[in-house]
Amino acid sequence: MPYNHKVELSKPERFVGGHRLCAGCGAGIVCRAMTRALDEGDKAVICNATGCLEVSSFLYPYTAWEDSYIHTAFENAPATCGGVEAAYNALKRKGKLDGTYKFLAIGGDGGTYDIGFQSLSGAMERGHDMTYFCYDNEAYMNTGIQRSSSTPRFANATTSPSGTVSPGKKQNKKDLTQIMAAHDLPYVAQTTFIGNFKDFHEKAHRAIYTHGPTFVNVMAPCPRGWQYPAELLPELCKMAVETCVWPLYEVIDGKWFLNYEPRRKLPVTEFMKLQGRFKHCFKPGSEWALEAAQSYVDEKWEKLLARCM
Amino acid sequence: MSIRERLSGNEAIAYAMRQIEPDVFAAFPITPSTEIPQYFAQYAADGKVNTEFVTVESEHSSMSTCMGAAAAGARAVTATSSAGLALMYEVLYVAASARLPITLACVNRTLTGPININNDHSDSMGARDAGWIQIYAENNQEAYDNYLQAMRISERPDVRLPIMICQDGFITSHAVENILLEEDAAVKAFVGEYRPEHALIGRDTPLAVGPYDTCPYCMEHKVQQAEAMKRAKQAVLDVAADFERTFGRKYGLFEEYRMEDAEVALVLIGSTAGTAKACVEQLRAQGVRAGLVKLRMFRPFPMEELAAALSHVKAVAVMDKSEGNSGCGGPLFAETRSACYDLESPPKMIDVVYGLAGRDCAVEDIERVYRHLLHIVETGELGPRYLHMGQRSNQEEVL
Repeated sequence: MPYNHKVELSKPERFVGGHRLCAGCGAGIVCRAMTRALDEGDKAVICNATGCLEVSSFLYPYTAWEDSYIHTAFENAPATCGGVEAAYNALKRKGKLDGTYKFLAIGGDGGTYDIGFQSLSGAMERGHDMTYFCYDNEAYMNTGIQRSSSTPRFANATTSPSGTVSPGKKQNKKDLTQIMAAHDLPYVAQTTFIGNFKDFHEKAHRAIYTHGPTFVNVMAPCPRGWQYPAELLPELCKMAVETCVWPLYEVIDGKWFLNYEPRRKLPVTEFMKLQGRFKHCFKPGSEWALEAAQSYVDEKWEKLLARCM
Repeated sequence: MSIRERLSGNEAIAYAMRQIEPDVFAAFPITPSTEIPQYFAQYAADGKVNTEFVTVESEHSSMSTCMGAAAAGARAVTATSSAGLALMYEVLYVAASARLPITLACVNRTLTGPININNDHSDSMGARDAGWIQIYAENNQEAYDNYLQAMRISERPDVRLPIMICQDGFITSHAVENILLEEDAAVKAFVGEYRPEHALIGRDTPLAVGPYDTCPYCMEHKVQQAEAMKRAKQAVLDVAADFERTFGRKYGLFEEYRMEDAEVALVLIGSTAGTAKACVEQLRAQGVRAGLVKLRMFRPFPMEELAAALSHVKAVAVMDKSEGNSGCGGPLFAETRSACYDLESPPKMIDVVYGLAGRDCAVEDIERVYRHLLHIVETGELGPRYLHMGQRSNQEEVL
């Protein structure tokens, strides 16, 4: 059945209001859209890494989750999820359980790219039937916007500030989506919030309903860390895609597919200029930084084009 | 009918695991506990168990996997030692606070620093405040029997705390001893099914586990957990009583050996009890009123019972098989001395840290400790309170 935004939005919400996420935060949008991709009637267990999402969505005695949910620590959502899935297999085999359950793990870039990376790689290698969603907001936002391995070069973060002798973060962003693709998973995708959410929804659904370990990386901007007015969130995501900073693609059984190619690739400054974290790059004398940012995006884009069918 | 066998301590634990057939076993190898997942992997490979055997990439992940599985309503187990337990440190607390009754077979090995693979208790003693019940074994039989009792204790609704079943690395884990095993059906009947009230899956209502616990509630939850630990003592006794009725072997919070008229006594944990019992017999033959308390349960700590057992003794040496780095003694000493504080005439008490990183402790070493206690009784002089056994660097060597 083709994607119908109206129909999808008429489904009962499984991530509900009352949570304490900031206005204009990408994480809550990921949660709503991710759980919307579950078929009605299918139950789910959500395994969440410590982070903004966890401390904002499940504060005792309230939860914003309609499905079963477990948080244990920062670096172990994949292993915890693997444990839930193992229990499901064991109990089902012993005839102690009915119904279909889907297992979703979710963490920010801190819990996914960095401290939880080992746990993620391990759980994916073991082949648990689960989908890991990363809401990538490119820094440790929960502790106050410290740089992560996902923070792009030149971004201002509280542990990679720009200063008189530093242009912000010195290293390029780790390419986690490609690293997960290198695990030879049956399904890996990169998406963000575009238009009517068709891209996100179809990828989330495919990931959840592909048997085995699957991974979806979602660019999910943070208004405090990236320093943009909340209402600019959709524009930011659009610019990330139109500048090829965050290409939309998927890797299905080892085959790479580009889902969207901009008719006219926009300069990376169209993405950067919307955000306070890159403000220093637009000061006179910093032209080289903008050039370096552009050439890095160009290089990555060309490589991706060469890989895609 | 019990079965006569010869097994190592690791084999005995793996054998018990096969009989119990937990739902999930999350495994990562570390010396000297490695054999437990190895034996179990073979059981799984041969179709002898209906368990999900999850070979994780670290001990942090094995405990995390156990937490996910236990929260989902499954019986979850793991095994580890030393640095493996240390890597779990963060999540040991999480498992206890989430009240997940996970069973961990701990094969005690010294904590790295410097690296060494041999036995002492620094690993599990380092986790003593994590909220886990801790039961220790003297020999392979006790390791097996304790394991059969573990789930009954930890899963009890008024307890619901994770449990560590500890034995001494290599000394019991690798030494093959005669052992009485119980029949599979009898073990299954004794251990029973795990039927938690709440679970992530398989219930009509969803469950949320592991909240950000706000100030108005967090301390209440911590106190509830502490109360459950207090109740674990009765659970240990009740399960031991049922175990004795079922299989005929008697267990308690600790074992008192020749304590009825003891003038001098040792308090210790684990396999050294065997050595100390031999020493007690030798000394008794010479007319020395020597006794021994072998602690079985360290968490919860049997404070009143231990104080009562030591109340008539004149001098006690607490044998710590881990260095507390407190500057004033090891953890067992701190607890035992505290337990005796309320006695009207508490025994004179010293701490003997011994056997670190597998340093051997023979009957004659134990005898020196008893002789030292007799000297204390005779002179009324305590001397140094905090000693290390057999130190070549110690100029004024007492022991």
